[in-house]
Amino acid sequence: MSTLRLKSRLRALLTGAVALVAAGPAYAGWDALNMPKGVTPISKEVFDLHMLILWICVIIGVVVFGAMIYSIIRFRKSKGAEASQFHESTTVEIIWTIIPFLILVGMAIPATGTLITMEDTAQADMTVKVTGYQWKWHYQYMDEDVDFYSNLATPTDQIQDRQEKDSDYLREVDNRLVVPADSKVRLLLTSGDVIHAWWVPDLGMKKDAIPGFVNEMWVKIEEPGVYRGQCAELCGRGHGFMPIVVEAKSPEAYQQWLQQRKTAQAETSSQVAKAE
Amino acid sequence: MSEAVGHDTHHGPPSGILRWVFTTNHKDIGTLYLVTAFIMLMIGGLMALVIRTELFQPGLQVVDPQFFNQMTTMHGLIMIFGAIMPAFVGLANWQVPMMVGAPDMALPRMNNLSFWILPFAFVMLVGTLFMPGGAPASGWTIYPPLVLQTGAALPFLIFAIHLMGLSSIMGAINIIATILNLRAPGMTLMKMPLFVWTWLITAFLLIAVMPVLAGAVTMLLTDKFFGTSFFNAGGGGDPVMYQHIFWFFGHPEVYIMILPAFGIISQILPTFSRKPLFGYTSMVYATASIAFLSFIVWAHHMFTVGMPLAGELFFMYATLLIAVPTGVKVFNWVATMYRGSMTFETPMLFAIAFVILFTIGGFSGLMLAITPADFQYHDTYFVVAHFHYVLVPGALFSIIAGVYYWLPKWTGHMYDETLGKWHFWLSAIFVNVLFFPQHFVGLAGMPRRIPDYALQFTQWNQISTVGAFGFGIAQVLFGYIVWKAVRGGAKATDEVWEGAKGLEWQVPSPAPYHTFEEAPEVK
Repeated sequence: MSTLRLKSRLRALLTGAVALVAAGPAYAGWDALNMPKGVTPISKEVFDLHMLILWICVIIGVVVFGAMIYSIIRFRKSKGAEASQFHESTTVEIIWTIIPFLILVGMAIPATGTLITMEDTAQADMTVKVTGYQWKWHYQYMDEDVDFYSNLATPTDQIQDRQEKDSDYLREVDNRLVVPADSKVRLLLTSGDVIHAWWVPDLGMKKDAIPGFVNEMWVKIEEPGVYRGQCAELCGRGHGFMPIVVEAKSPEAYQQWLQQRKTAQAETSSQVAKAE
Repeated sequence: MSEAVGHDTHHGPPSGILRWVFTTNHKDIGTLYLVTAFIMLMIGGLMALVIRTELFQPGLQVVDPQFFNQMTTMHGLIMIFGAIMPAFVGLANWQVPMMVGAPDMALPRMNNLSFWILPFAFVMLVGTLFMPGGAPASGWTIYPPLVLQTGAALPFLIFAIHLMGLSSIMGAINIIATILNLRAPGMTLMKMPLFVWTWLITAFLLIAVMPVLAGAVTMLLTDKFFGTSFFNAGGGGDPVMYQHIFWFFGHPEVYIMILPAFGIISQILPTFSRKPLFGYTSMVYATASIAFLSFIVWAHHMFTVGMPLAGELFFMYATLLIAVPTGVKVFNWVATMYRGSMTFETPMLFAIAFVILFTIGGFSGLMLAITPADFQYHDTYFVVAHFHYVLVPGALFSIIAGVYYWLPKWTGHMYDETLGKWHFWLSAIFVNVLFFPQHFVGLAGMPRRIPDYALQFTQWNQISTVGAFGFGIAQVLFGYIVWKAVRGGAKATDEVWEGAKGLEWQVPSPAPYHTFEEAPEVK
């Protein structure tokens, strides 16, 4: 009787678990497995570096864990293994110090090259100043009269589970950062309150926005498209709710957008002036 | 012996609660540390479950984002300062005197003080949850300017950190004094068990860096209440300087939590392989090298703050170098097992899992050392997965292995081997279910310390949450197994384990209240 009840309870639990897993694919997230290759020359270099080191680690892992598992299977007392008493071998110690050292040198060389390219912000085609606030971003196009705030556009109802979530849940903003494709864009990062970090995985880099300091990074997006990220440094209650959306447009479309933005901004400021 | 009869009467433990309050006995104090660490592990674990429950699905279901941030902050502080560190000090208290043939710790009254500071520190720390504005919510690294937005809790947090630091420094002085002064005749430094060696080096690290942390948090205190601007750019200060000072403490701190673990594993693997440790001398030197390197790699925790290229290159190269002595350790453990005669009791199972899973944490550490790639990994769940691999199946598994290994010596009873194996398999499986998927979501772009996330991260977060509950329940089982062994069980022999070597296995089981009142001779 009681075993029966236990069985039916177990079955109910299992059905629940199955339903849970079955409900999963609605979000289709099983493929969120690896770093994106990204859309800039830098992000591709970083991806290759990441994969290179990952594979080196996998190979070392296979060798080391292989030796361990072999020993565990082969040298068990229950199979009559007798312990030999060897220990201390300077030769072996030197070998397993030198080989890893050489592998590390092999990793450091390509990493150094990539790093030097990443840190070279010279000769940019344009500059945008990015300022982090609790909890929104502000973008100012240097040398153009264009600046605006960029806020989370996901409705509160979706966050509170009162409404179906969009596919870009928490990754949509009211005003996107628009940049021309195939141009070297320099970003100057700072903050108006606490430390934030500006990160779009597809662009291959993140950097902190620190109050009182100006940091630099650059991106060169090869193809037009929309790329999404978010603040990566804990900045308080709304940290999870300050997304970044970058839209790369073709140079012509970018110019068009810039003119529209300028006109709109000039109109608003003249209205403000009139009202005063 | 006859002249000792007169004062023998006060040598047994007094009964009642006052035994624990006034005790200066290293075994009692070791027990106090371990019990406290287990309680804090449960509290910190409950906080982790709050975090994992909120992250079970996208959207906000359980807690407010501010409370979520309080949970991540408190979970980190409690697990580091409340669970892992006191557990290692507890093991040192029990084992170091017995392993070097000393009658007790060198400074028994200070030993009592360094433990009894802790409950007050922890009550104050956990108490911040109930203060106006709630607990600190800026992450365990308490970076300004964010931490300066904390409510009434800030001075209590800082005072709690001061107390924990004081306790650690006193504990470290005691361990150094014991090891350097109270070794039995013939126990030269290079004959000391590796657990003793690793703790000696760890104690020096503690003395070197805990005052640095105390300085950093004191500057936070004066910035908040006394008008200074150490970390305020508006007043000529520098928020990044805090990070440099903090991580100058923080990186050695990482090794404070892993070197004693190396020591424990280096005791257990030879025992159950019935074969001496492959390279004792190189293990000692590797430990010392890691300790030295730990002081010159701190900025790899903050590659994204905008350092000069030369700085980034230096910290990348220095960090990569740590892989060399760490590799020496892992290779030595494998070489110790090779051609041994192994049995797989619970301590051995945890030790083997330690070697494999800690090495996985080491691999992700190697990846994080590569500065250009770190710009992608930094502050994501990949980092969360990395440091949980070195701290949970790393440090925590070693502590659990150590407890199973020495428990028969402490209690005189064997623990329940069947339940121990259950505990092992549940822990080993669920810890991977819990943390492995975090590598994936981190690489795919999920930042750490967020209460809600984009939809593509849902599946792996759900798996991770399932793993968290499984792992949590398994640790309750651990508490039960230890409790059961304290109450009774098969009688343990003095040697306990067939292949065990060392002074602690020469005293009776359970170890009498006072051991080695006459120093043993070590050949």
